[in-house]
Amino acid sequence: MFNCTWRQKLIPWLIPFFILGFWQIFSMNGLFPATILPSPFAVIQTGVKLTASGELINHISISLGRAFIGFIIGGILGFFFCLMNGLCKPMNLLLQPTIRILRSIPHISLLPLVISWFGMNEVSFVFLVTLGVLFPIYIHTYQGIKSVDKRLIEMGRAYGLKGYTLFFHVMLPGALSSIFVGIRYALGMMWMTLIVVETIPANSGIGYLTMNEREFMQIDMILLSILIYSLLGKLSVWMAKLFEKKWLLGKQLSQEGE
Amino acid sequence: MMDFNPILHVNNVQKKDGNQSVLKGINLSIYEGEFVSIVGKSGCGKSTLLRIIAGLEDSNEGLVKVNGERLTSINNYARIMFQDGRLIPWKTILQNVGLGLTGDWKPKAMYVLHHVGLKERANHYPSSLSGGQKQRVALARALVHEPKLLLFDDPLATVDALTRIDLQNLFESVWKENRLSAILVTHDVEEALLLSDRVIIMRDGEVVLNKLIDLPRPRSRSNPTFHHYSEEILDMIMGENKEKKNGYKIV
Repeated sequence: MFNCTWRQKLIPWLIPFFILGFWQIFSMNGLFPATILPSPFAVIQTGVKLTASGELINHISISLGRAFIGFIIGGILGFFFCLMNGLCKPMNLLLQPTIRILRSIPHISLLPLVISWFGMNEVSFVFLVTLGVLFPIYIHTYQGIKSVDKRLIEMGRAYGLKGYTLFFHVMLPGALSSIFVGIRYALGMMWMTLIVVETIPANSGIGYLTMNEREFMQIDMILLSILIYSLLGKLSVWMAKLFEKKWLLGKQLSQEGE
Repeated sequence: MMDFNPILHVNNVQKKDGNQSVLKGINLSIYEGEFVSIVGKSGCGKSTLLRIIAGLEDSNEGLVKVNGERLTSINNYARIMFQDGRLIPWKTILQNVGLGLTGDWKPKAMYVLHHVGLKERANHYPSSLSGGQKQRVALARALVHEPKLLLFDDPLATVDALTRIDLQNLFESVWKENRLSAILVTHDVEEALLLSDRVIIMRDGEVVLNKLIDLPRPRSRSNPTFHHYSEEILDMIMGENKEKKNGYKIV
């Protein structure tokens, strides 16, 4: 018999299962023409075919490379700006207004500009991903550091912590949960930017596959790319959560002091 | 036990918050081995004075001398215990005690933790402790630095009555065994009388009474003199009996 946990695990899958089922049936009946919406099975077949030829893996690794490099550069820059800004008052006065203005420009809108500067190449793609990642990391780290309990900072000072010891023992760990929110948000931005730059100007990567193949009306290709982007997005957020759990452990959720 | 070297000297300390005078020229000496309580209503400036002594705040006028030297930053002869404990929630209890120590600090932190009776909780997190236990850890954290002067900023205000008795005894024994000087800021007159050699009463940013308490230790609330002191001090805090009385030294 169904026990309760079994049923609870099953129920959320019902709707997706029926959607896929009906989609497959309608496709086989010819109700959905394959040129407009190929069947789920056809999408899988395309995936298998491209995997076997090595083409898919190739494009995925190119995309991952861009994502990774852009994320690392953007993350480090965002974090670094934030440290300068959050820990040094004159720097804050100097940088904060400029950063606020730059932040309000949607980085995707810089695409034509960036391409005319650097050309249609890796530099442009990585540059845009970097921009997309930089600000979420910056903003959340900054907010995290600003929101660290002032009483704990004062206590740290009273117990002889200063400079980097105060930073590493009190400020940074106190800001960590906010920093992780920033990382997750930045991951979203990273994929979003990648989708745009690969779909429009690039000639490699997952996004390129879709545009390249649309000329041949291969909508299964497009669907496959969407699937892969969402899987990669899901995977990265899952990894971020894993790190979060490892570092935060939920201990500090129960705040000290009444 | 008390010899006459002032370990701390507060000279005409004034503090303003905007237009309002929080401290109106405080003069105070604390001698080696002395336990002094500062009592007063909320807002009388007693916590501000303690924070200035700890080096956490600057005064607008006057100076604080520690062992003859003018205090300009954090007072490293002293360690302060806060009303709200202020343990770091993401550090274990042992790590909290070892905060700010360098080198091989663990055995030392463990020893002090044992001293306050929480050795077996060393690897737990502060969220698992009761209010009284948190203050024990905070005391251990202060003691591990081997301060000459312990500053208590009303550490028992939020602790329940029974735990308070335990902790008062602990404070007294720690002070005695380590031959420390101590300043306790409190609004509890009986607590001040139980623990201190001298009680200082503050009202509206001024010291209005500086009184030696010559009761034998360990002290008991049932002692009639204790009760007598307690009533007098309470009157003084509340702003009555402004006139000089027998045994009072009005500052």
